[in-house]
Amino acid sequence: MVIFGIDLVLLISALMISATPVLLAAIGEAVVEKSGVLNLGVEGMMITGAVIGFIFAVNTQIPIYGFICAAIAGALLSVLFAVLTQYIMSNQVATGLGLTMVGLGLSALIGKPYEGIKSPTLSKIEIPILSDIPILGPMIFSHDAIVYFSVILVATVAFVISKTRIGLVLRAVGENQEAAHALGYKVVRIRFLAIMFGGATAGIGGAYISLARVPQWTEGMTAGAGWIALALVVFASWKPWRVLLGAYLFGGITVLQLNLQAIGVAIPVEILSMSPYLVTIVVLVGISLFGHHTAPGSLARPFHASQ
Amino acid sequence: MKFKSVLSGVLLAFGFGTVAFAADVKVGFVYVGPVGDYGWTYEHNEGRLAVEEHFGDRVETIYQESVAYGADAERVINTMAMQGADLIFTTSFGYMDPTISAAKKFPNVKFEHATGFKLADNVSTYSGRFYEGRAIQGHIAGKMTKTNKIGYIGSYPIPEVVRGINSAYLHAKKVNPDVEFNIIWIYTWFDPAKEADAAKALIDQGADVILQHTDSTAPQAAAQQAGNVISFGQASDMADYKPFPRVSSIIDDWAPYYIARTQAVLDGTWESTSTWDGIGPGMVSIGEITDAVPADVKAEALAMRDAIANGTYHPFTGPIKKQDGSDWLAAGETADDGTLLGMKFYVEGITGKVPE
Repeated sequence: MVIFGIDLVLLISALMISATPVLLAAIGEAVVEKSGVLNLGVEGMMITGAVIGFIFAVNTQIPIYGFICAAIAGALLSVLFAVLTQYIMSNQVATGLGLTMVGLGLSALIGKPYEGIKSPTLSKIEIPILSDIPILGPMIFSHDAIVYFSVILVATVAFVISKTRIGLVLRAVGENQEAAHALGYKVVRIRFLAIMFGGATAGIGGAYISLARVPQWTEGMTAGAGWIALALVVFASWKPWRVLLGAYLFGGITVLQLNLQAIGVAIPVEILSMSPYLVTIVVLVGISLFGHHTAPGSLARPFHASQ
Repeated sequence: MKFKSVLSGVLLAFGFGTVAFAADVKVGFVYVGPVGDYGWTYEHNEGRLAVEEHFGDRVETIYQESVAYGADAERVINTMAMQGADLIFTTSFGYMDPTISAAKKFPNVKFEHATGFKLADNVSTYSGRFYEGRAIQGHIAGKMTKTNKIGYIGSYPIPEVVRGINSAYLHAKKVNPDVEFNIIWIYTWFDPAKEADAAKALIDQGADVILQHTDSTAPQAAAQQAGNVISFGQASDMADYKPFPRVSSIIDDWAPYYIARTQAVLDGTWESTSTWDGIGPGMVSIGEITDAVPADVKAEALAMRDAIANGTYHPFTGPIKKQDGSDWLAAGETADDGTLLGMKFYVEGITGKVPE
């Protein structure tokens, strides 16, 4: 399927790969913010996941171990944030920014010996029957495990948040921490776990950059993906499927504009370059004009049981 | 030993640095990317290390990586000047105005700005004639492409990059009249994910040669993944991707220049100059052409390198027309440096516009 000189199958397939790191980080951050915590350290956790994932994948030659270790590393780094903000009551914005700096510096340090090394990459998993469907098959059902995992994760998060008791408690803690506490829910413990979940998915997202999308280790290689994830969560009004939409829209237009440039379409490059940001914001803000969408009530507010 | 270095580190942190290390000259370097990019910044840092090795204790160097353009750059440059740097190299085009502005505030500090064109009494400029290397890349690319599509990843549409595109295109076209250039601008020097995406988009569009004017090795990795695409190391050898996809490279060698300029400051003979050296003086060199390149093409490429080096061939030799069809260079005429330094136009045959 070729439209205006662009192969749609290659385009959609490329956009899913391009969007996956941001999607993974954003869906985790959405859960964190749903619990009432603002963790600005996404970039730091992603880059840590990228370097740790790379190191373990290179040393074991099994990429999936890299992703597991990246998740653990991201979660461990987020524990630092959780302890500081939940127990020592430090300011969440400052601590999150600090986490980003720690992540960037630490990853550059431990990644030094791994620069210029090649990593094993993920193989594609063709889903039986589905991948044989013409057009749709090679477009959507012919990716590596992490791409499928990210979509399944979004579905799971959407289901858990809206349909289960755990989700209800999470939302209660995020909307009104005093009321949730009065009802007997362990606000700090729940937030602690949400923060770790966000750290783990950010770690996997970072590892996807260093193990699949690029694939190599270079310091600073996440280059702002964490900040885009943070922005996506807000523009998606904290709704999981909209996070997916936003990530794919952003990834899709990024890939599309590169392809348009490559075939030499007569649209000024400046406009093409800013289009991913512009279109994503316009579409998501457009959607949120309908219905009631506000930030979780207790977002970024400190909580202590004594108050 | 270890305790001593920790102790001196602590002393340094408390501002006793000048007591601990009594270097004659302090040299600062401002980098646009991380030293581990294995491209542009990596080579500048190799130059810095060469200065340290050459002068030993007489010279102390300091550096800052990944400095953003604009206010950040000016703050970093000012801080280095206030820390007592006598000579500061700002190693990216976007540091031009911050360098000039800092130079006004610190008239006793010498500044060296890479790839720019603004001079002052205490500001020199220096750059390499990278377009000479681009000519050789264009020749190899034109000979080796099977799809006749060559993908080019541009960073910012500044003269240096446009010049490289023109030079590569002219020499690819000369050996392969059917060749077509697909150009993507990504508006960054260093963003491996974006560079990889751009390379993949070009490959998806049928390019089987990737030329990059960005700093990371991500496009090399993308070419390698594609399997049948060749690439060229940019700014540094990028030897990890030898012998295929990387079939050759342009290597920037800043060490002799950095040593000479530091020596000039030590001797008190430093003057504001404008240096633009190519393959001949050695500021630009061509990395190993691997066996993936057919022997005859390799021989032609090497002959072109030698002709450029000894001055018998200029990559911009007429007749050359501009993109709009107007005449630029008459037959046998070579481009003057002024036009090349301000080049904001494509030559005839390239599609698309140079972004403003």
